[in-house]
Amino acid sequence: MLSKFRHKFLSQWELQVMVWPSIILMVVFSFVPMFGLVIAFQDYSPLSGFTGSEFVGWDNFKAFLGDNDFYNVLTNTLGISLMKLLIGFPLEIVLAILINQIRLSFFKKFTQTVSYLPHFLSWVILGGMITSWLGSTGLLNSFLLSTHLISEPISFLSNANAYWWIATLSDIWKEVGWGTILYLAAIAGIDPSLYEAAKVDGAKILKRIWHVTIPGIKNIIVLMFLLRVGSILGANLDQTLVLQNASNMPRSEVIDSYVYHLGLAQGDFSFATAVGIFSSVVSVTLLLIANVLTKKLSDSSIF
Amino acid sequence: MGLDRGEKIFNMFNMLFMIVFISVIVFPLINIIALSFNNGYDAMKGGIYLMPREFTLVNYETILKDTTIYRAFGVTVAKTVIGVIGHLAITGAAAYALSKSYLLGRKIFIRMGIITMFFYGGMIPSFLVVKSLGLANSFWVYIIPVLFSFYDMIILMNFFRNLPESIEESAKIDGASVFQIFFKIIVPLSFPVLATIALFHGVYQWNDFFVAKLYVTDKTLYPIQYYLYQMLTSAGAASSAKAGVYISTAFTTQSLQQATMIITTLPIMLVYPFLQKYFISGMLVGGVKE
Repeated sequence: MLSKFRHKFLSQWELQVMVWPSIILMVVFSFVPMFGLVIAFQDYSPLSGFTGSEFVGWDNFKAFLGDNDFYNVLTNTLGISLMKLLIGFPLEIVLAILINQIRLSFFKKFTQTVSYLPHFLSWVILGGMITSWLGSTGLLNSFLLSTHLISEPISFLSNANAYWWIATLSDIWKEVGWGTILYLAAIAGIDPSLYEAAKVDGAKILKRIWHVTIPGIKNIIVLMFLLRVGSILGANLDQTLVLQNASNMPRSEVIDSYVYHLGLAQGDFSFATAVGIFSSVVSVTLLLIANVLTKKLSDSSIF
Repeated sequence: MGLDRGEKIFNMFNMLFMIVFISVIVFPLINIIALSFNNGYDAMKGGIYLMPREFTLVNYETILKDTTIYRAFGVTVAKTVIGVIGHLAITGAAAYALSKSYLLGRKIFIRMGIITMFFYGGMIPSFLVVKSLGLANSFWVYIIPVLFSFYDMIILMNFFRNLPESIEESAKIDGASVFQIFFKIIVPLSFPVLATIALFHGVYQWNDFFVAKLYVTDKTLYPIQYYLYQMLTSAGAASSAKAGVYISTAFTTQSLQQATMIITTLPIMLVYPFLQKYFISGMLVGGVKE
């Protein structure tokens, strides 16, 4: 038995050589950190390490669940994510359908090229750009002043109440075009004879979109929706780090940046890890619930 | 087929909508370009939209006089090139091996990978692991932790699986080794999907600043994005205050930032149109199926 295994293993040694580096990397950078999660149940000190630190049970979890800051952070995370989901998600689908309807092929290609472009800008660049556009003498204030819509420049980025909108709209500006790619691909896969048949039956263009295009991309819509719901507590750390400042902090701190600030800037490793676990557990739960719900409503799901 | 009236009206509104949409993307970008070519103090008066009002190259000249930017640029180019080659080699090799259903341990590996997609150690434990491996303040911290990606591996594996088996068979009969088949047959046939993964990983490497923020304190290892990040945030005020050493009435911290943003983005903007056709087809290969 064992020698048969060894023989088979040796006969495919080249393939084994090709796969082992990846196995090692996956163990080191994915599985070891999973075991590292035990520090959420410890009073971790870097000197004693995973093995030497004292266990404190659920204390870290109790601590953040009793903490007002935490609920504020949770509200921000959910607020920003829901705004992105409610505005950005339908917009991507509408945009994909509209781009698909462009009849001039060079203009269609041009629109796609332009709309994908912001996706390739880093959040650092975009953060700088937004600061410039929204600054007191920036694009937006200049425009509002010159049209006499306002009489004094508004300092958008230091206005905490404007932050959710800034985060949402900048994210949509950056990603909406990119988000259309998969839908466009799915639309391209719809059988053209379905459109012909609808047309013969006298369906006008909006009816054809509603009865042919949307059902044709329903599965991919469901899939993308599920993935979005699963990442609702992960509200873009990079974006927060570049747009955050002392004045908008009450509305801009989200779970990921909170974990970063507590854990890495202040060294409270155990507490920050506990918050991280909470957020992953909620995400997986949300994903499972959304999966069950969409399975009932439509007939497609991830699992 | 002719268009009916409703369709003509629809198309007209669609065109108008698209023109507005394109403008919303393009005009703000042109605004930054215009500002980067404008005298900084003049720009502070506001009212610059799409054209510089007091044209100057002094922002770019000042930035390019600072030698640390060349160093940062070099680090970024190096981490992008080495990162992409390494990522493709490691992830691609695993994908090829796993595309063979007879590979021993295949099921265990895939299951492990699926677990990593749902459970994530999180920022802090990952940080501790990378630190304890001694990767902090080393160039390799940019490369090694992201050599393998299970998600990219799945895309490549699905692609390799759909390549016709017969090509490999005939090469095998001619006495080609597994490695020869991989490099001489599989890799050339998989160009579009490899180019897509390369583009995505390249963009990640080019744009990432967070790894440097977490692990790197050695200034000579700063990538360009982190250089810019420090210049933009108040924490980095000191590094941009350096600009104030030159006494000038032509630029401000802001105008220098704008020029740096343009310089940092330029390389991606230059390669992007050439790679576009690959990533569109590559997205289709990997994304829709499964």
